[in-house]
Amino acid sequence: MNIAGLVHVVGALIFAPFLLGLINRTKAIFAGRTGPPLFQAYFDLLKLLRKGAVYSRTTTWVFRAGPVVSLAAIVTSLFLVPFGAQPAPLEFEGDLILFAGLLALARFFTVIAALDTGSSFEGMGASREVQFSALAEPPLLLGLATLAPLTGSLSLSGMLAGISGGTWLRAGPALALACAALLVVFLTENARIPVDDPNTHLELTMIHEVMVLDHGGPDLAFIFYGAALKLWVLGAVLIGILAPPQTGLFWDATLRLSGMAALAVLTGIIESTTARLRLVHVPQFLAGAGVLSVLALLLVLR
Amino acid sequence: MNMWIDSVLVFLVLTNFLLLGSRRLAARIRLSAAQGVLLGVLTILVHADNIGLRTLLLAIGTMTVKAGIFPWLVRRALRETDVRRSVEPFLSYTLSVLTGTLLLGLSIWMSSRLPLPGSQAGSLVVPVAFFSIFAGLLLVVSRKTALMQVLGYLVLENGIYTFGIALAYEQQLLVELGVLLDLLVAVFVMGIIIFHISREFDHIEVDRLSTLTDYHP
Repeated sequence: MNIAGLVHVVGALIFAPFLLGLINRTKAIFAGRTGPPLFQAYFDLLKLLRKGAVYSRTTTWVFRAGPVVSLAAIVTSLFLVPFGAQPAPLEFEGDLILFAGLLALARFFTVIAALDTGSSFEGMGASREVQFSALAEPPLLLGLATLAPLTGSLSLSGMLAGISGGTWLRAGPALALACAALLVVFLTENARIPVDDPNTHLELTMIHEVMVLDHGGPDLAFIFYGAALKLWVLGAVLIGILAPPQTGLFWDATLRLSGMAALAVLTGIIESTTARLRLVHVPQFLAGAGVLSVLALLLVLR
Repeated sequence: MNMWIDSVLVFLVLTNFLLLGSRRLAARIRLSAAQGVLLGVLTILVHADNIGLRTLLLAIGTMTVKAGIFPWLVRRALRETDVRRSVEPFLSYTLSVLTGTLLLGLSIWMSSRLPLPGSQAGSLVVPVAFFSIFAGLLLVVSRKTALMQVLGYLVLENGIYTFGIALAYEQQLLVELGVLLDLLVAVFVMGIIIFHISREFDHIEVDRLSTLTDYHP
């Protein structure tokens, strides 16, 4: 157990909902609105936690377990992500497989909880979510695998700590391609435009949001909080590649936090300036990300 | 320096993938023009240590012909035939992109099996050249409209040009000028053919030309 790595976990648990506020504020500025307060996500979470939950009689224990297991899986994956040169609290060779697996577990439980309600809309959302995330997994794993030969390590902590300015000079194109692929994964997994629109209120077009329609109260709070943490976890990996550490703990932390804020603003800009893809074109978009990561891997292995 | 060459080559690979996956005619023409610019930059970068008038002329010539004249000719053919709609290809766009990935792997494997003498550019040049050739061939084979086959032919030639940069350093100017001239004539002729196909048949789908044969099983 690494104590310095725990600081990142605690920081992520506290700051993750703030990223949602930043994204929404960026989108509001682009649309010429004032927008909700930066801490709105915290208010929402508190409000939801104070409410009671309502369960439909057609649901079983799966529906109740879904949000809890999802949140637990995402929090566990947070323990695998390093912060700067500080190794993560949990690290071992090959933990990137566990990282992808935990995210998949979280998704699996969201999906079966949605199917458990028996609602046709939720079934539709579940089907889409599974289809797109199956396509988003190869770019995630291949993009991370690109880092393995470059840094000679197979754990997330080793890979992200091994990247330096020198690595970028040596294999800049490959790293840039891997980052582009991971950015697509980041947008897809977090249900952002161009794959999914978090603000849509038409069940026919929703993907992630439609699956959580029947959850309420603390369950919904868990799902919201899990989504914010997932944003942080995937963002931290991306920023870890883009902004190599090695300047000392304080500067690393400042660099990382501003990096995360910049990523949130970038997400807001992407959401404001691009249109959502037609659902039939999403697989091609994700296949494109897969091609980018394959190209990156081939460049490194060559 | 090597990193810049690598970056240009990676961009070349990416434009090939975009060409394989793109659905819009105008975007495809822009992409082939972008390839012309990239090849011009590549020429200068590869010969950066002894840059001479010859290299500069070759780079500028390449860019003018590939990024200026060809797109203009193709756009003109497009305008005269009044084609706006793009036809769904034999191989779907997603499948084309995935096939492209396989071809990229194949080209990297092939170039590792092919020790070439006197190659002074980075070892990425040969695989990218092969990949451009393969991508061009794939475009020619898998698309239905005559216009896409012209573009595929251009991509194919871009691959040959990249190969020339890596190998035929001394005679490069001579070889390239010859190729460029051939190509100019070819695109010109193909533009005329596109125009005639479209005037006779109201479309530029080469697939349907097979009905012209006498053989009807």
